Amino acid sequence: MASTATTSSTWGILAEFDSAAEIFHACEKVRDAGFAQWDAHTPFPVHGLDDAMGLKASKLPWVVLVVGLSGTFTGTALQYWVHNYAYKLVISGKPYFAWPAYVPVIFEMSILFSAFATIFSIMGFCRLPRWNHPIFGSKRFEKASDDKFFISIESADPKFEATRTAEFLKGIGAKHVELVEEEA
Amino acid sequence: MASAGMDNSNFDPLDERAPLVLGEQTFSAITEAVARPIESAAPKIWYIILGIGLLLLANLGISIGYLFWQGTGIWGLNIPVAWGWAIVNFVFWIGIGHAGTLISAVLYLLRQKWRTSINRAAEAMTLFAVVCALVFPTIHVGRVWLLYWFAPLPNQMAMWPNFRSPLLWDFFAVSTYGTVSLLFWYTGLVPDLATMRDRSKTALSKALYGFFSLGWRGSNRHWQHYERAYLLLASLSMPLVLSVHSIVSFDFATSQVPGWHTTIFPPYFVAGAIFSGFGMVLTLLIPCRVIYKLEHIITIRHLENMAKVVLLTGTLVGYAYAMEFFIAWYSGNTYEQFAFINRAFGNYWWAYWTMITCNVITPQLFWSKKLRTNTTVLFIASIFVNIGMWFERFVITITLSRDFLPSSWDTYSPTYWDISTFLGTFGLFFTLFALFLRFVPQVAIAEVKSVMPIADPHHHGDHHGGESAHEGAHAHG
Repeated sequence: MASTATTSSTWGILAEFDSAAEIFHACEKVRDAGFAQWDAHTPFPVHGLDDAMGLKASKLPWVVLVVGLSGTFTGTALQYWVHNYAYKLVISGKPYFAWPAYVPVIFEMSILFSAFATIFSIMGFCRLPRWNHPIFGSKRFEKASDDKFFISIESADPKFEATRTAEFLKGIGAKHVELVEEEA
Repeated sequence: MASAGMDNSNFDPLDERAPLVLGEQTFSAITEAVARPIESAAPKIWYIILGIGLLLLANLGISIGYLFWQGTGIWGLNIPVAWGWAIVNFVFWIGIGHAGTLISAVLYLLRQKWRTSINRAAEAMTLFAVVCALVFPTIHVGRVWLLYWFAPLPNQMAMWPNFRSPLLWDFFAVSTYGTVSLLFWYTGLVPDLATMRDRSKTALSKALYGFFSLGWRGSNRHWQHYERAYLLLASLSMPLVLSVHSIVSFDFATSQVPGWHTTIFPPYFVAGAIFSGFGMVLTLLIPCRVIYKLEHIITIRHLENMAKVVLLTGTLVGYAYAMEFFIAWYSGNTYEQFAFINRAFGNYWWAYWTMITCNVITPQLFWSKKLRTNTTVLFIASIFVNIGMWFERFVITITLSRDFLPSSWDTYSPTYWDISTFLGTFGLFFTLFALFLRFVPQVAIAEVKSVMPIADPHHHGDHHGGESAHEGAHAHG
């Protein structure tokens, strides 16, 4: 453990766990200890970990709903405008606004807008892409996408205190604890 | 864990659920099994498949080049058969492209956990099939440089597309489907690309996988949004996948041609699409799981489940064929009646009966558990499904050859260029699929891990205290 590091360049602390059950119980304890700026890193979404971390439900669906409905509106407006104003054409004696015929395109536009909204809002909510992150400095962290589970607590957290937080993490069952440095 | 050997097809569901992953029950074993084929040298068979794919792809290039030079007269089209192989092949490929999204979206919403082993490859297949399908509408227009007329773009002629045309609906449906399938596939890939990044030995592969994994670090604050997004994409894709083939069927059903103008077309096309898609998934995955030693992840039980879907949808398609005949008789419409009798006993009777044999009779083999768990039988039957579904679209399209007026009847036969273009799209498909197998994790690593018993945070016995049989597999830590 890099105890010689100065706290000013310390990004945070990284604790390693071996199983889904261990990280689940550890997260409950970190949550109960009152930390705010911390995270869990797992190779797959662990069931129930959101509650164990005390996270509020994602607001992402609301963004998708609003953008999706704007797709519905765009599809309707586009076809209405084209057939009522831009290019009036009588086909089979039907009215210009023959709305049943517009349903497929309205539907497809709603889905397309919603899908893009989903992708862009996940990137926005997660602040991705972010290719450079202090946590990637840890060699052991490479296992976070394989079979190891991590908890990171940032030094920006008001309760963070390098040695005491490390002791705390060891106390709740961490197999390995290390400081993560940040380039100043 | 009662998983002795590689056969998990004989579990009694009332007694205990069959395991979805056989063999060593650790997360790293899954990572290893999926990443190894990418990190080690490609097997000889891979080069053979890629080679054949590239040859046929070159052939596609030549066929399309000559088409652009000469025009659609090089095909076997005539009046009345103005829609020939181009639409047959388009519907064939787009139908195949349905299984991937069905597996990833519908089975996800139905909480069918077995989908995790096969969804990645099936979604890739979907994407590549959609690419192959899009070749045909693109090239069949004759003056391909005017293709942008499809899109609602302002232009100097002040002309706009006709939104009341099913061909335009098709343009929107297929391009939306391709885009959403790509986004869905890529979303699922990000965590696995991060796994590949973290395992990379060379700077180049670290840079490439790193770039495409967007800096994913498995953060639970991210997983939270990710899971919600994945659920949303699945919910969006489900109606989408049902809409696409419905709209493809409108190309036919909104016309006045006897044999096409029927309300059964949308559900019948959707069932056929799922049928052909699962057929193609079986054709691809049965060899893949052997070549890449993934039999413990894509197990017999997965293949058996797919065989059951093939049986169900094949039977539905058979019902639709019968109902078409019944309605033709019941409607009392002589043109309709003639169209169907002509399908079965006219010039192209052989195409009709090939279709019936492959699509209705072949799947009935899967009533037998012995046959549907035999990979050889499954593989051969899946080829029959592919052939049968191509013939279904041929039979439907060729109805044009006998329209209302006997004076305008004609026969249709494909030319060399029809055949070489179609074979060429197989080259495109197999080239893309071979590249996928080489560079992208072909099984959704993170998702498979999440359905293993050890992924449950209460696995240590919070739930089933005394049942030590369930705990035997927990060997790591």
